[in-house]
Amino acid sequence: MFSYCTDPKTLEGLMWLSCYVTTAKHMSFYYSFFVVMGLLSLAAPLAMAFGFAGATAARSSLKIVRAFGKGYLAMIRGIPDIVFFLFIPIALDQAFEYLRHKVLCSDVTEAVRQGNDFVVCAAAKLPLNTASEWVHDIYGFSLALLAFGFVFGAFAGNVLSGAMGAVPKAQIETGEAYGFSSTQIFKRILIPQMWIYALPGLSNLWMILIKATPLLFLLGIEDIVYWAKELGGIKTGVYEYPHPDWRAWYFGVLMIFYLSLTYLSQSVLDKLSTRLSKGQATMAGKEV
Amino acid sequence: MSSCFQTLSDYGLRSIGYGERLLPKADITLCEQFVLIGSGMIWNIYFAMLALLFGFFFATVLALGKNSKLFLLNAPCRAFIFIFRGSPLFIQFFFAYDLFVLLPRLGVDIDFGFLVVTVETRWLTKAWLGALIVLFFNTSAYAGEIFYGALRAVPSQDLESADAFGFTGIKKFRRIIWPTMLRLAWPSYTNEAIFMFHATTLVFFTGFPAWQQKGDAIYYASYFADKTFNPFVPYPIVGFYFILLTLIIIGLFGLINRQLNKHLPTNERKRLKINKYNLIR
Repeated sequence: MFSYCTDPKTLEGLMWLSCYVTTAKHMSFYYSFFVVMGLLSLAAPLAMAFGFAGATAARSSLKIVRAFGKGYLAMIRGIPDIVFFLFIPIALDQAFEYLRHKVLCSDVTEAVRQGNDFVVCAAAKLPLNTASEWVHDIYGFSLALLAFGFVFGAFAGNVLSGAMGAVPKAQIETGEAYGFSSTQIFKRILIPQMWIYALPGLSNLWMILIKATPLLFLLGIEDIVYWAKELGGIKTGVYEYPHPDWRAWYFGVLMIFYLSLTYLSQSVLDKLSTRLSKGQATMAGKEV
Repeated sequence: MSSCFQTLSDYGLRSIGYGERLLPKADITLCEQFVLIGSGMIWNIYFAMLALLFGFFFATVLALGKNSKLFLLNAPCRAFIFIFRGSPLFIQFFFAYDLFVLLPRLGVDIDFGFLVVTVETRWLTKAWLGALIVLFFNTSAYAGEIFYGALRAVPSQDLESADAFGFTGIKKFRRIIWPTMLRLAWPSYTNEAIFMFHATTLVFFTGFPAWQQKGDAIYYASYFADKTFNPFVPYPIVGFYFILLTLIIIGLFGLINRQLNKHLPTNERKRLKINKYNLIR
């Protein structure tokens, strides 16, 4: 990056370091932090949408919809989220390709699943073989994003459905007494009041969403974990910047990054809990 | 059916190194998937049980330390809990593994009288010890925070009665504070235990290598998904095993919960309901 970086073998000390941390690969490493932030900012609203749909479905008067919603909210309690992160992208990918295969290549009669192979015609491939690199990247990221939305939607759905259940029954009954329709009760009474009950759960959810972002690595995305592994590994003399095994340092940097991200949320939560325990007849309340 | 028994004896203990050496490669049957993934569950249960067992005691220490008024006790406990709760477990595994790799290779002989065991630092780079230590620290931090919250919620009347009856020091803690703390913390702690079992699935996706293909349930599931290119069979099998495990945990912890609430009048007893707010660690 700097003009004196042309021959790194001759450099020493801080000069060497300043060249080392500005190589093209390091720039990709820094860029991947933005990928993480992008994922956070997109996954949070998506998860809220999934969660809201799930929680609403779990309260539906239709039995099938209710069972579906409750099943969605319950599954995350029994099954590790990593299973979903591994399963959903590949399952979605195959589902999309299968559908496209049926529509675009209806003349092909061979089965899609042949033993251990999943064969679709060239036109049904997603993304197309001819597509450029960035289309593949975007497609992979979108599948990952959908997996995050789905898993965290189930978490958020649990929080929201708990909050909806916590709104006092009397409030709903008052609405009914005033002749509100069920849609009106839902929109004007239930939703505005549930947020205060949902707040602790949702802030907690934000924390685990932050802590789940490195799982992007499992989905084959070149995220911060990928680059930390890549850049930290032993570099022999063939490389421009040889160094021993520095992975521990790189992961140390990631630790600090995540700790500072969660520190902000934590301090806000702590303030909230102190305020809530004020005046309570507990050990914490007595000390305030 | 008989071939399935054969598979069971071939692969039932494959994850800990007994039975057939080579994993199934072609013509993978449903039975093979069920058996091998089930075999991998041995590792998930091993990691979670030991981490929870040791973590329970360390968490109590951490909670008491965090509640202490002495800065020297309070600060390290706070820092420990913050570091392990504030960063992703996934990164903790990578970080710990890469640190353990850097350790010099040493061996220390420990003489048990009847048997001499050489304790090697090399063991730390193996999943059975290295990953267990990370999981142990992680669950201690989470449970420590839960216990700390419960400790702060112990009713002040209980403490005043204890004082009035002349309870002090360890006796006051053992007989009054600790049981109440556990009772209050139990629903959240159950949730933490469930999440600990789920967290064990991360081990073999991080730096820790699965030596001779001895891996956990999800290691084999992803092996099958790669080989058959069909995710719709192995992952639901993992899901099935974990739902079973979760139900067992809820059952066991429910029994302990009943024991903890035994002294309360029946209308005040809390049934162990996995609270929707507590769902998340």
